[in-house]
Amino acid sequence: MLRIDRRLLTHIEWPLLVLALLVTGVGLLTILSATYRVDQVLSPFVVRQATWAGLGLVLMIMAISVDYRVLNRYAYPIYGALLAALGLTLMMGVKGGGARRWLGYGPLALQPSEFMKVGLILVLAHVLHRWAGESRLPLRRLVGPAVLIALPAFLILKQPDLGTVLALAMGALTLLLVAGLPMRLLIIAALVLAPFGKIAFDHLKPYQKNRLISFRNPEADPLGTGYHVLQSQIAIGSGQVHGKGYLHGTQNKLSFLPEQHTDFIFSVYAEEWGFLGAAALLLLYLGLVLRGAYIASRARDNLGALLAAGLTGTIFWQAVINIGMTSGSLPVVGITLPFLSYGGSSMLALLASVGLLMNVSMRRYTF
Amino acid sequence: MFGKHEVSPVVRRRVSLCAAFAVVAMLLLGARLWNLQVLRGEQMAALSENNRIRLRRAPATRGRVVDRHGKVLIDSQASFDAVLVPEDAKDLPSVVETLAQYLHQSSGETQAILDRAAGRPAFQEVLVKRHLDFDEVAAVETHQLELPGVSLRVTPSRSYPNGPTLAHVLGYVGEVTLGEIEGDQRYRPGDVIGKAGLEKSWESDLRGIDGGQQVEVDAFGRELRVLDETEAIPGRTLVLSIDLDLQQAAEQALGDQTGSIVALDPRTGDVLAMVSEPSFDPNAFTGGIKPELWRELVKHPRRPLNSRATQGQYPPGSTFKFIMATAALEEGIVNPFTHIGCHGSLAYGNHTFRCWKKGGHGSMNVHEALVGSCDVFFYQVGARLGVDTIARYAHAFGLGQPTGIGIGTERGGTIPDTAWKQRVLKQPWFKGETLSVAIGQGYVTASPLQMAGAIGTLATGVRYRPRLVQRVEAIDGATVRDVAPEAVEKLPVRETVLKQVQEALVDTVGRGTGNKARLTDITVAGKTGTSQVVALGKTRLKASQMKWNQRDHAWFVAFAPAEAPTIAIATLVEHAEGGGGAIAAPITKRVLQAYFHLQAEREGTRVAQN
Repeated sequence: MLRIDRRLLTHIEWPLLVLALLVTGVGLLTILSATYRVDQVLSPFVVRQATWAGLGLVLMIMAISVDYRVLNRYAYPIYGALLAALGLTLMMGVKGGGARRWLGYGPLALQPSEFMKVGLILVLAHVLHRWAGESRLPLRRLVGPAVLIALPAFLILKQPDLGTVLALAMGALTLLLVAGLPMRLLIIAALVLAPFGKIAFDHLKPYQKNRLISFRNPEADPLGTGYHVLQSQIAIGSGQVHGKGYLHGTQNKLSFLPEQHTDFIFSVYAEEWGFLGAAALLLLYLGLVLRGAYIASRARDNLGALLAAGLTGTIFWQAVINIGMTSGSLPVVGITLPFLSYGGSSMLALLASVGLLMNVSMRRYTF
Repeated sequence: MFGKHEVSPVVRRRVSLCAAFAVVAMLLLGARLWNLQVLRGEQMAALSENNRIRLRRAPATRGRVVDRHGKVLIDSQASFDAVLVPEDAKDLPSVVETLAQYLHQSSGETQAILDRAAGRPAFQEVLVKRHLDFDEVAAVETHQLELPGVSLRVTPSRSYPNGPTLAHVLGYVGEVTLGEIEGDQRYRPGDVIGKAGLEKSWESDLRGIDGGQQVEVDAFGRELRVLDETEAIPGRTLVLSIDLDLQQAAEQALGDQTGSIVALDPRTGDVLAMVSEPSFDPNAFTGGIKPELWRELVKHPRRPLNSRATQGQYPPGSTFKFIMATAALEEGIVNPFTHIGCHGSLAYGNHTFRCWKKGGHGSMNVHEALVGSCDVFFYQVGARLGVDTIARYAHAFGLGQPTGIGIGTERGGTIPDTAWKQRVLKQPWFKGETLSVAIGQGYVTASPLQMAGAIGTLATGVRYRPRLVQRVEAIDGATVRDVAPEAVEKLPVRETVLKQVQEALVDTVGRGTGNKARLTDITVAGKTGTSQVVALGKTRLKASQMKWNQRDHAWFVAFAPAEAPTIAIATLVEHAEGGGGAIAAPITKRVLQAYFHLQAEREGTRVAQN
């Protein structure tokens, strides 16, 4: 099964691979800067993240080697296993920063919620691909997918981790949309739900709001004044056009951001590399997303298209929400920046996603 | 098996749509970055210098503590603190020197404070001095230009308007230690937290939730404006069961003698007054206690920091006899008509146990034995009951275990039995020791709080947990939660037995050893006690002939009105000038007088208002 067809090698998906490796490289450099200390050459964070990236490459090759149509048959078992892992996490997971997100011990602890981002796309593509693109998508066909989304969302919300639930939901929504979810339905749902959400949010006490839009680390804004978001904006802005230079950022050295190597890594990057660097990074993400869209529309079948669209959508939304949040254009939700934020499970899941996208791309020629 | 399915056109169209959306989203983000980094870049760079936008904690005002009638026991007042951001001081040594001069510190002291704060994040304020007096505030305020980086903060500070009154109950506050911060996310270095008494045990209600301010400062660290603010949520108010007027009357009654008075409402366990003398002024702890004052408090021979009411361990002496009488009647060792003779002493084994009355009491029943506080009667009764039965009854009255009043480290006293002696002293119980136990001596110890609880239990037949806090109120006066009275145990004693012992205690005050506690219009029931501190010599010395710390303790326990008790009280005078009947009974009388006087007064105003 793991045998790689020689014909495949002639169709390696280079553009996506190169883009992904470039962003991962930028990520390692930025983590080094964010956790830099004068007394050490390499911070332990970089070493660990590079190790995870190496493991991620292995996982990526595995994700390429099995035809996605074969993988499709295992969509439910994979999804089920991840769901069970999420349940276990709630029961016996490792606590960190007030939430239970990790399963395992010490450096081997993994975050099942990160893998669920891929698992959910797999299972949704499996369910929806047969009738995707039908001119009218009956509402009753949405019941199954809704349950499939709601189960992991509920379990992750209990951890609690609102950011990951949001990423999960937005990725799933993208897939549904591509599968042919009527636009009318989306617009009506948004119009009906938005006022309710607003009313509910307004009735919360300030500290409850903070809890809702919590960082991964609840210490991040203990006084709830949005101080860190402002500091993050100042960091980004003070980079001006050319940036302060690599390892020369000042804001992050004052440790005003407890999450500077995870949720707020973009502000560290933008302070040091300026507008030019930040725009280049945006272009890299756009390149990844557009290539992902290209793979989706050129896929061999609907299954491949849905898979590619869902995976790309998940990455896209995380990037947009994270950068929007650190630059002060969106409310603060604890969500990581794909490929840049420190985190092993996230890195593994992302490189596995890239592998699956390449898988779809490379299988378009095989029959 | 896979068949050939082209991607359907709808899917393709949707993918293109999404891609277009992605381009627009990225353009918007790019525009946002252009705005921040290019258009406002210089402004942002200026703000990033010197960390111009700072976060400042707005500490929550600690909750108040009031007595049962709303009189303030602990309040919070505004006070000024001087803080320094070393990064803002262009010439730090000269600023330190000038500041030290205005704050009446040596520059070495000021520097030491800064050195201690060396590990803090950059641009965070260092608290140099709390509670500036008016002159210091004026000096710092008017010399702002000489003191870049220095500013004043208004913070709530704790005040105890009644000074040493109730100090052991209320407790005090102090700066949080590193050990206390660990494992508690609410605290930051420099925070003020409860360190003793109610301040400590009710910390989570009193504390409130800190708020914060985002402020913009100029290059000297001076505040320009508040950008954003989250208001602090003040702590909750504790309404105590204490009656401040009664408390003060009890303090006056005790005067400058060392000892303790505890008054409870036996129907609920409410603590009406709890005196422990000598006391200390908790105001001295607010803002950090001065080392010399602390040394003085710790080294004082009468140990004012000791909460005698809850931690004092005194042999209860003859007050223990009402428990003995209850046990003897309930167990059938004696009935109201059983007579035992006293000739001034009892030979038991190879030892002679003396009665306090040299000539002896003659023949008497249990009622008269209590009224005259005969030792020999209770030696006999004790020997027949056995120490384990005595211990069982003592426990039922709440002795030998902490009451669970919930302030600081309460001590539970000792009620010995055979198992206890084997466990603690690794020795078997000797029968002669039971005789000492029978008159509340030997290994027996109890705190005044426990004795007040025990006499209250006799008064009602039910033992209540002492209740200090009646309810918790929000800042607007709404009740957050009520603390209900808690009945711990119904005394396992027949109603008739209770009545017999109560009547004997009425006569004890009416015509017996406790007659100095008699009131004209209200029936008081009570029992005296004089407990020995050192073993008796051949001849009894008068109190005035003995060293202070070798004199006996004087006890008096009482409840009133005897027919429907509303107050139970225990008075203890350490190393008193005389016995319980001479010293403790009159003190108790004054407290009871004050109690009934206050009650009548309040009754009167209530009637007048209606």
